[in-house]
Formats: sequence, structure tokens, C-alpha cells
Amino acid sequence: MTVDGSWYLILAALLFTIGAVGLLIRRNVLVMFMCVELMLNAVNLTLVTFARMLDDIGGQVAVFFVLVVAAAEVVVGLGIIIAIFRRRADATADDLHILRG
Amino acid sequence: MTAVLAAATSVDLAVFAVSAVIVLVGAFGVVFSRNPVHSALMLVMTLFGVAVLFVAQEAHFLAVVQVIVYAGAIVVLFLFVIMLLGVDREENVAAEPLRGQRPAAFALGGLMLLLVLLLARADNWATGAPSARGVASGPGENVEKLGRSIYTTFLLPFEVTAVLLVIAVVGAVVLVRRPASLPENTPGDEDGPDSSRPDQSRQDQEVPA
Repeated sequence: MTVDGSWYLILAALLFTIGAVGLLIRRNVLVMFMCVELMLNAVNLTLVTFARMLDDIGGQVAVFFVLVVAAAEVVVGLGIIIAIFRRRADATADDLHILRG
Repeated sequence: MTAVLAAATSVDLAVFAVSAVIVLVGAFGVVFSRNPVHSALMLVMTLFGVAVLFVAQEAHFLAVVQVIVYAGAIVVLFLFVIMLLGVDREENVAAEPLRGQRPAAFALGGLMLLLVLLLARADNWATGAPSARGVASGPGENVEKLGRSIYTTFLLPFEVTAVLLVIAVVGAVVLVRRPASLPENTPGDEDGPDSSRPDQSRQDQEVPA
């Protein structure tokens, strides 16, 4: 048998928390983006764990869709970051308080 | 028989423990590295650890996709953008422009972790009807069951993801396309007198008094 599912869920909660705290304390936009990826992975781990605990393939299908959406999100987000960098030389989130191009 | 089961459990436990350590070390590395390149490499470490945990839970297809899509495409995209923009320099992580932001972030994170764990514990970790969307275990390969579910039950969402990917590609091209009115390396029209080169060393690391 495999390890009990509750341990996986605890690990996923830890991973999600680390990602959320990193999103709050970092100022570099790229690193903040990586922290979002950490949170997405934590949720993926949770869904796979539920799929095993409930013996349901639907959890893995949900992870499949999360992966697709994450890929699309990264492409668009990095495009936005490049567009911002073309205007300003800085990548800190504090400098992006002007709501125009 | 019990000896075999016990041995398997200890191996599974070891795999889980090692992967958990790898995942957590990588996650801390992403958050606390001063160099964005190091953050990206630590992210690869975390993603591999999660892939191992997927294999341990018999999600074989997702583990492969995790390695190919995340470690192979998304992190490479991150590294490519870091190199393209030339921001691979050290960052003053200790600078805190907003007073009290860091302790508040840690307090909020701890509170959220506590709340999530309490809620999960109160609900016995997982509740719901088992196998509502099809059985995950039993005979047959994981890929076969996942594919059957995607191409029958979830056919319409699957088609919609194709549309989403096309939209993402078109959106990225439109976002990054340089407007004809904006020639290369033109500084922005707002403040910032020297925003022409992105790889200048930053001197405006203001530390609040």
C-alpha cells in the first residue's frame, strides 16, 4: 500500500502556503510568477491525492486541464512582463502602480 | 505476505519522505533565492519532486506531462525571459518598501495553513462519492482510463482547451509585438530617465527610513 493520503494533503498545504507567502514577500515580478506556479502544483498534488483516496479518475482529468490552463497563463503572463519591461527597466511590482502603458 | 506488505510500505514511506524534502527545499529555494535564475532552477527541483509523488500515486501520465510541460517548457520559458530581459542579477531581498509587509505575510501564511489543515482534518481529509467519474484503480493502464474519460465525459472541456491554447498564442503574439510607432529601445514617455537598457544595474534600491 502507499502512504496515507493525509500526508500528501499536508505536504500540498505546506507547498501552497510557501507559494502564497512568497507571492506576498517577493517584489520581482518573475519570481512572483514562479510562486504562482508553486501554488498551482500544490493544488495539482491535492487533486491527484483525492483521485487516489476516492478512487476517481476525475481528479486526474482536472489536473490535466489545470496543466493546460497553467501553460496558457504562463505564455500570456510572460508576454505581459516583456511588454512592461519594454517600457521600464525595472521588474519590481512596487513600480507598477501607474495604470496606463 | 505481511513481510512483503511491510517492506513495500517502508519503501513507499522512504519515497514519500525524500520527495517531500525535495519539494519543500525547492519551494523555499524559489522564495528565498536572490537570483531569479536560481529561483527557476529550484522550481525545476520542486516540479520533479511533485512528479515523483504523482508516480507514487499511480498518476503515470500526469507525471510524464508534468516533467515535459512544466520542467521542459514552462521553466525554460521562464529562463528564456530572464535571459532576454537581462534581469539575472542579485536582488536585495531584505528591502521592504512597505513597512510591516513581511511579518504580515508570514502571519497570514501561517494562519492560512492552520485553517486549511483544520478544515481538512475536520472533514476527514476526503469526503464525497467514490468513483463518481470512473474508477481510477483496477485493471487497465492509467493512460487508457484517463484518455477514455477525457474523450468521452470531458470531451467538450477538452475542445475548449484547444480554443484556449489558440487564444493564448494569439494573445502572446499581440502583446509582445512591437508597435510601429515605438522603435527599438525608446524610453517610455513617463518618468524614468534611463529606462532604455534593461540590463543596467539598479541603484534605486530605496530602503525606508
